[in-house]
Amino acid sequence: MLVFNLKSYDCLQFLRAAVPVLQDCGAAETKNQTSDFFAALHKMKLIILDDYDQASEWAAKYIRNRILQFNAGPDRYFTMGLPTGSTPLGCYKKLIEYYRSGELSFKYVKTFNMDEYVGLPRDHPESYHSFMWNNFFKHIDIQAENAHILNGNAPDLQTECDAFEDKIKAAGGIELFVGGIGPDGHIAFNEPGSSLVSRTRVKTLALDTILANARFFDGDLSKVPTMALTVGVGTVMDAREVMILITGAHKAFALYKAIEEGVNHMWTVSAFQQHPQTVFVCDEDATLELRVKTVKYFKGMMHVHNKLVEPLSDATRKKSNGAQPTEKAYSD
Amino acid sequence: MPSNKSVSDAPITQFVNCRILKDHQLQREDLWVREGKILNPEKLFFDEEGSADAQVDCHDSIIAPGFIDVQINGEAEPCSGTLHSVIPLFTLIANPSGPHFKDCSDEILCIVLWGGSESIRNWGVSLQQPDVGGFGGDRRPTSLALVGESPAENPPGAIVQRLNSPGSPLRGHSVANLSQAEEAVREGATFITHLFNAMLPFHHRDPGIVGLLTSDRVPTGRTVFYGMIADGIHTNPAALRIAHRAHPAGLVLVTDAITAMGLPPGRHTLGQQVIEIEGLNAYVAGTKTLSGSIATMDMCVRHFLQASGCTVEAALEAASLHPAQLLGISQQKGTLDYGADADFVLLDDSLDVKATYIAGEQVWEK
Repeated sequence: MLVFNLKSYDCLQFLRAAVPVLQDCGAAETKNQTSDFFAALHKMKLIILDDYDQASEWAAKYIRNRILQFNAGPDRYFTMGLPTGSTPLGCYKKLIEYYRSGELSFKYVKTFNMDEYVGLPRDHPESYHSFMWNNFFKHIDIQAENAHILNGNAPDLQTECDAFEDKIKAAGGIELFVGGIGPDGHIAFNEPGSSLVSRTRVKTLALDTILANARFFDGDLSKVPTMALTVGVGTVMDAREVMILITGAHKAFALYKAIEEGVNHMWTVSAFQQHPQTVFVCDEDATLELRVKTVKYFKGMMHVHNKLVEPLSDATRKKSNGAQPTEKAYSD
Repeated sequence: MPSNKSVSDAPITQFVNCRILKDHQLQREDLWVREGKILNPEKLFFDEEGSADAQVDCHDSIIAPGFIDVQINGEAEPCSGTLHSVIPLFTLIANPSGPHFKDCSDEILCIVLWGGSESIRNWGVSLQQPDVGGFGGDRRPTSLALVGESPAENPPGAIVQRLNSPGSPLRGHSVANLSQAEEAVREGATFITHLFNAMLPFHHRDPGIVGLLTSDRVPTGRTVFYGMIADGIHTNPAALRIAHRAHPAGLVLVTDAITAMGLPPGRHTLGQQVIEIEGLNAYVAGTKTLSGSIATMDMCVRHFLQASGCTVEAALEAASLHPAQLLGISQQKGTLDYGADADFVLLDDSLDVKATYIAGEQVWEK
C-alpha cells in the first residue's frame, strides 16, 4: 500500500476549501467572539492532544474559561457535572493550580457527581466521596452545600436518585457535564444496554466492572460493591454542554464507537452524537482506532479550537465574581 | 457562611499553606482544629456541610506534634520561651526542692522522682495527696514512679516502682547486665533512661542495658524505648548514630535539662550549687565537670537530625510520637491524627520553632 502524505500546509488549504465554515471562523476570531461562534456551531468537537498531560491541561483550561465567562455570582451559580476515576485526575490537578494562582474560584460553582457505589461507607478510601474530597474538593474553595454526590447508603435509594434529579433541576440544570468513559463505552455507570434516555437510578454493575474494581478492594471480590447509583444518559444529555475525556490506547475502540459509528445503546457514550454541544478531549493513543481522515480533519481544526482555551482578556471576564486577577494571570 | 450545624457551634480554624507530619510523612495538607482537637475536614464537609471560620496562613511552615520531654529537671523561668516547643505535660523531676513545674502545666500527668532517699520517696508519696506539693486538685499527677538515684540502688526488678497507673514504668541508672535488663522488660519496664549514661558501657560479651536495643528476648509487640540526650555533649554523635540505626523506633529525645536552662552564659547559683554556663555546657563552677544539660528540645531535634542523617520526619517523631507511645498516650498526644489534642509546633525548614499551640491556642510565637 502506498500512502502519499500531503504537506501539512496543503492539507490545511484543502481543509479550508472543503470546510467553508472554517473561513467564517477566521473572521469570527478577529472579532474575539469565538465562544459565541462555537456556541452556535452545534457540532461535535474532537480535541486531539499529544498525550495525557496535554489533554488534561486543555480540558482544565476549557473548564476554567467556561466558568470565568459565565460571570457566576451569588445569584448565578455555574453548575457542573463531575466524573471520578483516573482519567480526570490530571484535569483536577490543573484546576487546583488555577485556583491556587488566583485565576479561578469555585465559590459560585455547584457540582453534581455522576455516580457512587451502593453500600460502601462514605469514608471508605474507594468511595467517590473520598475520591472527590482528596483529589479536588479539599484543595479548592467550593462550599460544602454546593457539592452534590449521590448517597449510596440512603435508606431508600430510588428516592435518593429522584432527589438528585430534583436538585439538578432546582439548580437550573447543568451548564457543563464533564465525563469519562470506560473501555466498553459506558458513561457514568450506564453500562452497555442502558437506555439512552435513562435517568438517575440504581444500577447493577457489569461483571467486567466488578472484576476490574477488585484491585481496589484487596483483590477480594466479596468486598467489591455490586451496585451503584448513577445519573442516566438522559440526565447527562440534558446538560447544555458535555465534555468527555478519553485517554489511553485501551479506550481507543470506545472512542471509535463513540464518534464513527451510529448511536448505539451498547456504547452509551455514542448517545452524545445527538447532543448539540459536545467536546471530546483525547490523546493520540485514544485515536488509534479512528480513521486517518477523522484524525486529520479534527487536527486541522486544532488551531481554531485552541482559541477556546486561550487566556481570557480582562474585558471578557470583567464581570466575573470569581477569581481576582493576579499580576500574571496565566502560567502559560 | 453556612453554619456548622448539628455537631458543634465552636469556631473552626484551618491552618493553611503548611506541611503536616502525619502517618510518618510530611504531607501538604491543611490542619483543621475545633474545640482544641484536630478535626477531620472530610467529615466536616460531607456530614456537617461546614467550613472554616478562620484561616491561618502558616507561610509554608512544617507543623509537627508538640514536643514531649520525658526527662527534664527544671528551667530558669517556668514555661518561658526556653521551653516554648514543649508541651508541658510529662515531667521528671530530679530535685524535688525545685518544683518549677508546678506553675506551668494544667495537667501534669506523670512525674517521676529520682533519688533513693527515704525523704524523697516520702515526698513523692505525698504528692499523691490532694493539695500537697503544689499539685492540688485537678493538677495532681495521675501517675508517679520512683527511680533510685545510684546504680547500686537499682537492682533488677526493684528499679521500677510504680506508685500509680496508668503511667509507664521507667528504668535507668543501673548496673544491670543484659539478661537482668531483659527480665526487667518482661516485668514491664519500657524505658531506658538516657542511654549510655549512668549504665555499664557496651561490652561484646555482655552488652548490658545497651544490648536491649537489639535484644531478641523482648516480648513480641513490645517496644523498648530509650532516652537520648542529643545535645552534642552528653552523647557522642557516633554513639547516637549507633543507637538510632540499631533501634530507630524506640528513640526518644530527652533534654535532661537542669534548672539553668534558659540562663545566659556566666556564673549562676542554683540552690546550693554554683554552675558556670559556657556555650551549651553547664559546668560545676571552676571545673570541667558537666553539671547537666541546658539544651532545649528543639536544639536536640536539630542536632539529632544533623548527627544521625535521619529524615526530618524521624527527628520530629523522636520528640513527639515516640515519647507519647512510651507514655501510652499516643491517641491524644504526639500525633496530628483526627481527634487528637491540637498541641503542635510550627517550624521552618531548618527546624527552628516559629510558634507553639496548645489545644489549638497559640501560646508562644517567635
